[in-house]
Amino acid sequence: MGEKKKESEEKLLEKVTSTEYKYGFTTDIESEKIQKGLSEDVIKTISKKKNEPLWMLEYRLKAYKIWLKMDEPEWANISYKKPKYQDIIYYSAPKQKPVLDSLDDLDPEMKKTFDKLGISIDEQNRLANVAVDIVMDSVSVATSFKKTLAEKGIIFCSISEAIQNHPELVRKYISTVVPIRDNYFSALNSAVFSDGSFCYIPKGVKCPMELSTYFRINEAGTGQFERTLLIADEGSQVSYLEGCTAPMRDENQLHAAVVELIALDNADIKYSTVQNWYPGDKNGNGGVFNFVTKRGVCHKNAKISWTQVETGSAVTWKYPSCILKGDNSIGEFFSVAVTNNLQQADTGTKMVHLGENTKSTIIAKGISAGKSEGNYRGLVRIAKGAAKSRNFSQCDSLLMGDKCGSHTFPYIEVKNNSSKVEHEATTSKIGEDQIFYCNQRGIGTEAAIALIVNGYCKDVLNQLPMEFAVEAQKLLEISLEGSVG
Amino acid sequence: MLKIKNLKAGVEGNQILKGINLEVNAGEIHAIMGPNGSGKSTLSAAIAGSEEYEIEGGVISFEGENLLDLDPEERAHKGVFLSFQYPVEIPGISVSNFIKTCISEKRKAQELGPMATSDLLKMMREKMELLNIKAGYLSRNMNEGFSGGEKKRNEIFQMAMLEPKLAILDETDSGLDIDALRIVANGVNKLRRKDNATIVITHYQRLLDYIVPDFVHVLYDGKIIKSGGKELALELEKKGYDWITKEIK
Repeated sequence: MGEKKKESEEKLLEKVTSTEYKYGFTTDIESEKIQKGLSEDVIKTISKKKNEPLWMLEYRLKAYKIWLKMDEPEWANISYKKPKYQDIIYYSAPKQKPVLDSLDDLDPEMKKTFDKLGISIDEQNRLANVAVDIVMDSVSVATSFKKTLAEKGIIFCSISEAIQNHPELVRKYISTVVPIRDNYFSALNSAVFSDGSFCYIPKGVKCPMELSTYFRINEAGTGQFERTLLIADEGSQVSYLEGCTAPMRDENQLHAAVVELIALDNADIKYSTVQNWYPGDKNGNGGVFNFVTKRGVCHKNAKISWTQVETGSAVTWKYPSCILKGDNSIGEFFSVAVTNNLQQADTGTKMVHLGENTKSTIIAKGISAGKSEGNYRGLVRIAKGAAKSRNFSQCDSLLMGDKCGSHTFPYIEVKNNSSKVEHEATTSKIGEDQIFYCNQRGIGTEAAIALIVNGYCKDVLNQLPMEFAVEAQKLLEISLEGSVG
Repeated sequence: MLKIKNLKAGVEGNQILKGINLEVNAGEIHAIMGPNGSGKSTLSAAIAGSEEYEIEGGVISFEGENLLDLDPEERAHKGVFLSFQYPVEIPGISVSNFIKTCISEKRKAQELGPMATSDLLKMMREKMELLNIKAGYLSRNMNEGFSGGEKKRNEIFQMAMLEPKLAILDETDSGLDIDALRIVANGVNKLRRKDNATIVITHYQRLLDYIVPDFVHVLYDGKIIKSGGKELALELEKKGYDWITKEIK
C-alpha cells in the first residue's frame, strides 16, 4: 500500500469519526411529564391521564407484574450498560391541544422540527398522497386524510383513540401475536406503552394510500414505548410506512416498541421501516437503545412482507417475524442494516411455518463500517404439520475497513421431509478495483462507495415505496459518509 | 496534449517503468506494443492515476497541467479515459445509472448544471446505435454476467458517452473474437476527431488493421526502445520482438 493511499485512508477515517449526526437538535416545546420511575402508581397515573377504561388498566398492571419477574435478556451478541429502569420517565406528552382538525393547527415549533428533518408534511400530503400520523414523544399530534380513509371504513388513528373508540377491536387482538410475557421488553411495553398507531382495514378493502407514521423521541430522558396494532381483515390490502429520527442526547435512551400485525384470510400487509435514531457519538456516548418486538400472523393465503432499512441507534435488537399459521400463507423479510463507528446491531427475523404449503423469503444485507458490529440472527422453523413448505434465505455482509465485524447466526429447524430450505450467505469487501474503476470514470471515492452500497442493497430498496426509497438512499449515504473501502 | 517525461514507476520497490518519454498531440493515434511484462499496463495505470503503482520520478503533463498532482477522478474530469483490460462488475447498478452518475459528477466538477434526462437518453440512444448495441442493454447491471466482448463494448460505450480528450485503450482486443473486435474498432474509429487523441495498447498487430495508428512505439523492459509509423507494427509482427532487442544491442 502506497504512502498516499495510507494517508488518504487516515483522512477518510478521521472524517468518518468526525461526521456528526445531522438530526441532532431538540425542539423547545413544553412537555407534561410525570415523576420518573416505574410502580403501580405510575401505571395508574398513565392510565388515568389517558382516560383509559378499566380493562386497559388491568392489562397494564398484569403486564407490570409479569415484567417484575422477568430478567433482561443477555443472549444477543451485543454489549451495553443496562438502562436504569427507575430513572426513566414513563410518560411525556407535548402540552398542546390534543386533537387537531388539520395539520395547519400544528405547533409552529414542532413544524420547524419536521422541516429540519426534511419531512415536509404539506408536501408529503400533496405530492406523495400519504396519510401521516405523527407521534412526537408519546401522543399523536396530527392525523390527516382521515376522511378519505373513513369513507372506505378504514380506521387509522392513535392506539389511545382506538382504546376509546374501538375497544372491541383492540381487546380482541392486542397481545394475540406478541403475548405480554413474550420477552422482557414486550412485557415492559405492555405495562407502560404511551401511544402508537392503530389500523384496521375492513374485509375486501384495498387501502388507497400508503399509511405512514413518523416517530421521534424528543424529551430528554424519556423512554418511548410505542404500541402498534394493525389488522387486515379478510381479503384486504395495506402498505404501512414507519420512519424514525431522534435528536441528539447524551444519556442513552430506551426504545422498546411492540408491533403486532394480523393478516386474516387472503389479506396482504406490507410494513416498511426506515430507522435513523441517534447512533451515539464516535466514542460510543449516547445513542438510542432500540429493543423492538415486531411480529405478524398470517392466516390462510395471507401475506406479510417486512422491509427495513436500519441505519441508526447505538444498540439494535430487533427481529420482525412472521407466523405462517394458515395454509398457503407467505412471509417475507427484506433488510438493510448499517452499523458505523461503535454501533451494534443484532437483527434478523423469525419465520415460523405452521400451515401447509407456506413460503418464506429472507433477504438480509448487513453493512459494517468503523469499529461497529453487525449481526444477522434468523430462525426458520418448519413444523411437522407444515408439509411442502419452502424457505429461501440470503444473508450478505459487506465490510468497510478492517476494524468492524459481521456475524451470521442462522437457526434452521425442519420437522418434516416434504419441505425445502435454502440458505445462502456471502461476505464481501468493497474492492479497491471497484473504487478505482469509478474514480477513473470521474466518480469520487465517497460517491463511489455510495453507489456501490446502493447497488448492493438494491434488492431491498426496491421493496420500498418510491418516496421512501429515495429517503432511504440518502440515509445510507449519510450513515456511511467517509467510510473506507 | 500529453507529454510524458522520464516517467519512472513501480510496485514495492520494483521499478517497472524505467524512464518513459512520450508525446501525443490532438488528432493522433498512438499504438504502444510490447511483450508481456514490458510495462504496458503500468503505463496506462500511471496515466489514469491508479494507486497500485508508486510514481518514482518524472512528469505526466496533460494540456500543460501535471496529472501526477491530481486524483484519478480529477484526471477523468480533465478528459482522460481508460478502457480497462479487465472491467470490474458493479452489482445492482445499471449501465444507465452508472453513466448518468459519471456524467453528473463530471458536470458538477466543471460547474455545469445537470444534464436533462431526456437529453441524456437521446445521447445514449445515439451512441448505442453507433456501436450496434441492442435495446435492453442499459438496464443490465454494470458488467455483471457480461461476456468478454460485451465488457469491452461497454467500455467503448462509456468512452462514447464521456467524450474524452485522451482515450487509452488497454488491451481492448484481448479476449475478443474477430466480429467483436471489428465492432469495437469501428466504434473507436467513428469517435475519432481532430481534437481528441487515442493511445492503443496492444500485444498483437491485428487490432491495428482496424484502428490504424499514426505512430507505433515498442515498449521493452520499461522503456520505449523504438518508435516509427504504422509499418513498424507489421515488421514487428513478422520478425517478433527479438528482432528489435537484437537490433538495439
